[in-house]
Amino acid sequence: MNAKVTLEKMSVHFGANHAVKGVDLDFAANSVTAIIGPSGCGKSTLLRAINRMHDLVPSARVSGRIMLDSHDIYERSIDPVAIRRKIGMVFQKPNPFPAMSIYDNVIAGYKLNNGVQRSVADEIVESCLKRVALWDEVKDRLKTSAMDLSGGQQQRLCIARTIAVQPEVILMDEPCSALDPIATLKIEELIDELKERYTIIIVTHNMQQAARVSDATAFMYLGELVESGATRKIFTTPEKRQTEDYITGRFG
Amino acid sequence: MTEADSRYEPERRRPLGGDTIYRWLTAGFGLLVLAILGLMLFEMAQGSLPSLAKSGWSFISGKDWDAVQGNFGALPFIFGSVVSAVLAILVATPLSVATALFITEIAPKKVGGVIASLVELLAAIPSVIYGLWGVLVMAPWLQQSVQPWLIDHLGFLPFFSGAPFGASRMAGVLIQAIMIIPIITAICREVLLAVPQSQREAAVALGATKWEMIRIAVLPYGRSGVLGAVILGLGRAIGETMAVTMVIGNSPLISMSLLSPAYTMPSVIANEFAEATNALHSAALMEIGLILLFVTLAVNVLARVMIWSVTRGAKGGVA
Repeated sequence: MNAKVTLEKMSVHFGANHAVKGVDLDFAANSVTAIIGPSGCGKSTLLRAINRMHDLVPSARVSGRIMLDSHDIYERSIDPVAIRRKIGMVFQKPNPFPAMSIYDNVIAGYKLNNGVQRSVADEIVESCLKRVALWDEVKDRLKTSAMDLSGGQQQRLCIARTIAVQPEVILMDEPCSALDPIATLKIEELIDELKERYTIIIVTHNMQQAARVSDATAFMYLGELVESGATRKIFTTPEKRQTEDYITGRFG
Repeated sequence: MTEADSRYEPERRRPLGGDTIYRWLTAGFGLLVLAILGLMLFEMAQGSLPSLAKSGWSFISGKDWDAVQGNFGALPFIFGSVVSAVLAILVATPLSVATALFITEIAPKKVGGVIASLVELLAAIPSVIYGLWGVLVMAPWLQQSVQPWLIDHLGFLPFFSGAPFGASRMAGVLIQAIMIIPIITAICREVLLAVPQSQREAAVALGATKWEMIRIAVLPYGRSGVLGAVILGLGRAIGETMAVTMVIGNSPLISMSLLSPAYTMPSVIANEFAEATNALHSAALMEIGLILLFVTLAVNVLARVMIWSVTRGAKGGVA
């Protein structure tokens, strides 16, 4: 297995609260890894450490190492802004920029990093919207507000915005929890297609979803990594009792 | 208990319940505000009738204001008020928005909180104190240091021509700007605090630096609110009387130069109402008040239109 992202003894503290406790975990390149676990188990906290989102929270402290292709992304000399261009993120609630059009939303991140020529921008917008299967639905109204889209469309727009920056890893923090079943299905199909190009790490509290979309699964409980491995194995023959209890619905 | 006892018996609505009384009471107070505005307009219009009859449109276009001769042209005051207020907004807006951004986005929480309460404290200082500082400290400093430098280096521009007066349009503009900074800052801070964290995260996750995050996520989300704050500031600046009267020089001149003394509508009312002994003079002051009211109204309408046209089509955001 070729690990794209590796956590080594990774811990996250918020003040005195030890939210993620010494996790060792590999995320394979060009595959989907799901992180599951009950609410408050630290799975979102772990995910946000991977693109240094905790830098925004003054009380948060990340220790241990997080390696992206064998570089520690928390090393002093590394620019967190550059890291986030390599490791994109899709959030729980769709969060397009309300003051921008659909077109401007897609190109917003790309524009920050590169000077944009009109023709290049047009191409990027079209290809990104096509990859998230939104192009046909919005191609005639690219200049209208992103807020006119449905929740599912907005989330696909946010994914398009993320891939326009050309990341290598995409983090998804319960990307379907605010969506209806049909929109959820579309996002799940999309995840399956995206893994050809990107390494995807998805946090979900929906075990069926983890089973459907992921190649590997990690189960967390009370801030600790209980068990990880191939999704098929975790869901059929887990090694730990806690994992089995959780996936069979005995708690959580 | 028998079955008959538990039969449903509807309670009838009381004809004069608490809600009815409350509704009429609040509606009454609401209408009272409108009535006061209407009465004020009526009284001012009636009071300015003699002046309206004598001067007609030349009241607005005339440049000569001479109470002794009975010539009343209010253009210098209208010009003075509008130009000063607009310039004050141009000075105050960047400072206020930057201060609000520092408080909400950049400073550590505790530091931001302290600064925010200090800013609000500034808004509570009586305007006569700003005026006193302006006339005793700022105006002499402008006259001795700033204005001579401007004349030497930028004197070829019409804005900086003439003699250094100290008490000048420049002093008035600066004092107005200083006085509206707290209110604009305080409102902008509220607006920026209301920007959801998810918007900031969206920008940061795209690889935005702090400044880029502010530029693409925070300010656009709060733009209509920020504009609203600026308009409120403009309204304040136009109406500001005491401090401006103390530093602006009080000469009814229409000059491009920032160094020349000027006059505003509120200032002339404050300065002359006590000596307005003949009916025409007091009617003229009344008419200035009426114009001031309409100018303020027009500014607000214009600003609403501006907000509307900027935010048209965009949903969400903080109004």
